[in-house]
Amino acid sequence: MYNDIDKIFDEMREAVRQGAVAIKELKEAGRPVIGTYCTFTPWELVNAAGGISVSLCSTSEKPIAAAEKHLPRNLCPLIKSSYGFALTDTCPYFHFCDMVVGETTCDGKKKMYELLGKLRPTHVMQLPQRREHPMSLELWKREIIALKERLEELCGTEISDEKLAASISLRNAMHAAALRFYDLSKLPDAVITGKEIMLVSDYLKFTFDYEESIAKVNELVDKIVENYIDGQRRQDIAAHRILITGCPMGKSLEKIVDVLESPECASLVVGFENCGNLKCSHYKVREEIAPLDALAEKYLSIPCSVMSPNSEREELLRHYVERYRADGVVDVILQACHTYNVESYSIRQSLAEEGVPYIAVETDYSQGDLGQLATRFGAFTEML
Amino acid sequence: MASVGIDIGSTATKGVLWKGGCFECYLTPTGWTPGESAAKALAQVRRRGRLPRGEELHVTATGYGRNVFQADRRVTEITCHAAGAHYLAPQASTVLDIGGQDSKVITLSPNGKVTDFLMNDKCAAGTGRFLQNMAVQLGCSLADFGDIPEETPFQLINSMCAVFAESEVIGLLAQGVAKESIRLGLLDSVAQRAANLVSRISDHGDICFTGGCAQNSLLGKLIEKKTGRHVIIPERAQYAGALGAALIGAGRA
Repeated sequence: MYNDIDKIFDEMREAVRQGAVAIKELKEAGRPVIGTYCTFTPWELVNAAGGISVSLCSTSEKPIAAAEKHLPRNLCPLIKSSYGFALTDTCPYFHFCDMVVGETTCDGKKKMYELLGKLRPTHVMQLPQRREHPMSLELWKREIIALKERLEELCGTEISDEKLAASISLRNAMHAAALRFYDLSKLPDAVITGKEIMLVSDYLKFTFDYEESIAKVNELVDKIVENYIDGQRRQDIAAHRILITGCPMGKSLEKIVDVLESPECASLVVGFENCGNLKCSHYKVREEIAPLDALAEKYLSIPCSVMSPNSEREELLRHYVERYRADGVVDVILQACHTYNVESYSIRQSLAEEGVPYIAVETDYSQGDLGQLATRFGAFTEML
Repeated sequence: MASVGIDIGSTATKGVLWKGGCFECYLTPTGWTPGESAAKALAQVRRRGRLPRGEELHVTATGYGRNVFQADRRVTEITCHAAGAHYLAPQASTVLDIGGQDSKVITLSPNGKVTDFLMNDKCAAGTGRFLQNMAVQLGCSLADFGDIPEETPFQLINSMCAVFAESEVIGLLAQGVAKESIRLGLLDSVAQRAANLVSRISDHGDICFTGGCAQNSLLGKLIEKKTGRHVIIPERAQYAGALGAALIGAGRA
């Protein structure tokens, strides 16, 4: 039976590999391609305008040297990598994109977008950083309307409330499918690994026939549950259950998961409280209120470390520690990411109150610290 | 079965043979071939313990080189240092280890289990390597580094980076600052950095200071002053990791 499931994972892996080809074809079919970097970009608006929203490359070390021609060395690797990919035209998604949408999340990013705007039309949304405040919500809603108008102009279309409502419900279905998969970590015996969670997130991010992707993820979950009920158990899954949190790192989190899920650390990553994962799928867009209000409300509620105060992240972490029965939390912070680095102190304290072991590591996209990571994670799991 | 712990550090490889109640130790530079140094340490503690040829040993490897050496078990240096330090100084709530290329703080439960730990950044600032580089720069041996007369005036050193501090030291020498004052300043800055690292996860109880840098007793005194806490330097502080590995291998920790 596991072969069945492995087959679906293989197909997903292949689909992710073909993502750039899919974008090329969509572009040639006349669909506007909108590049994004961040969870704050309202996907629903882009889709309702008939555009394709795609995550741009930002998590490889390769273009960083090129980026440092214009950017300071002591800047977070995510920002340098994003800009480097654009500058060297080595990200296929950037290559095909008509416009980039960015947000004033952190200082480094917003200044980088000024430079990026010289390479490609870039629309920057001013993100207020005080969540759930009426003034913030009002400003953010206006920003959403401004983006809506820009998209309408670019795509030569009008985003009606009906189109937007349909788009919202499609996106909610994508998040629901993702959450169904992530929630497999609730089962008493482990059935999925951290690497597999990353794969499913990527699959939903880099495939563009959304109905099909949703169906496939749901089919995968059904199969895994069916096997579980049949009494089948995985043999390759280890003891310590780890919840990951921290900076958005995409594929570069692989080195972290590889070390944790190695025989030395004997751990299993049961969830990611990260962007592109639980941090964005946890919050749904309400379908019973006016679509623009609903969008503003959802996106402003994302507990990114740029928000201040940001106690919601502590609550979200506690929620998933309990839900997925995590034995410990690993906070992965990119070098020079001030907001996540500062927040590490409060997260440590908040988890300590609950008696949850916590470790923070500062890293970048290189493989140079694999030894240090192995020692830190090894000691952390020996402590659990 | 006798238990041996081998701690393959960046600078020195330590071997400890645990014989129940007492132990034998051996130290050799790690050099360029950590596997060979570890094998040598194993052979030497076997010889010192007068173990008959062919007697089986349980070997536990730790330290950054733990994976290059054939061992029955591998445990990270955090867990081993905690176990070794708890044996050497059972009253300590906190372990501060400053080795050749990294430093770490470990907090312990009353029965010696690790409750939390913190390691320094990716670079070797404020570690043995830092002091070694400075010793070369100042033409003094590492052993004499802390040999500073009491009334020596203190020279503040600002850089913690081994490269920047070197430039700073050269500048100070050019200004005619006495070498002893510079050495005191360097030790003071290492102590300050260590005290900061400690304060991030631990605020009470005795500190057991281990690792190669613990041999510098002045450094221990400076850390005591900066933390305002009692610092214990066990006689064989440098062997804490290997001892811990041997104890863990013997099922004693």
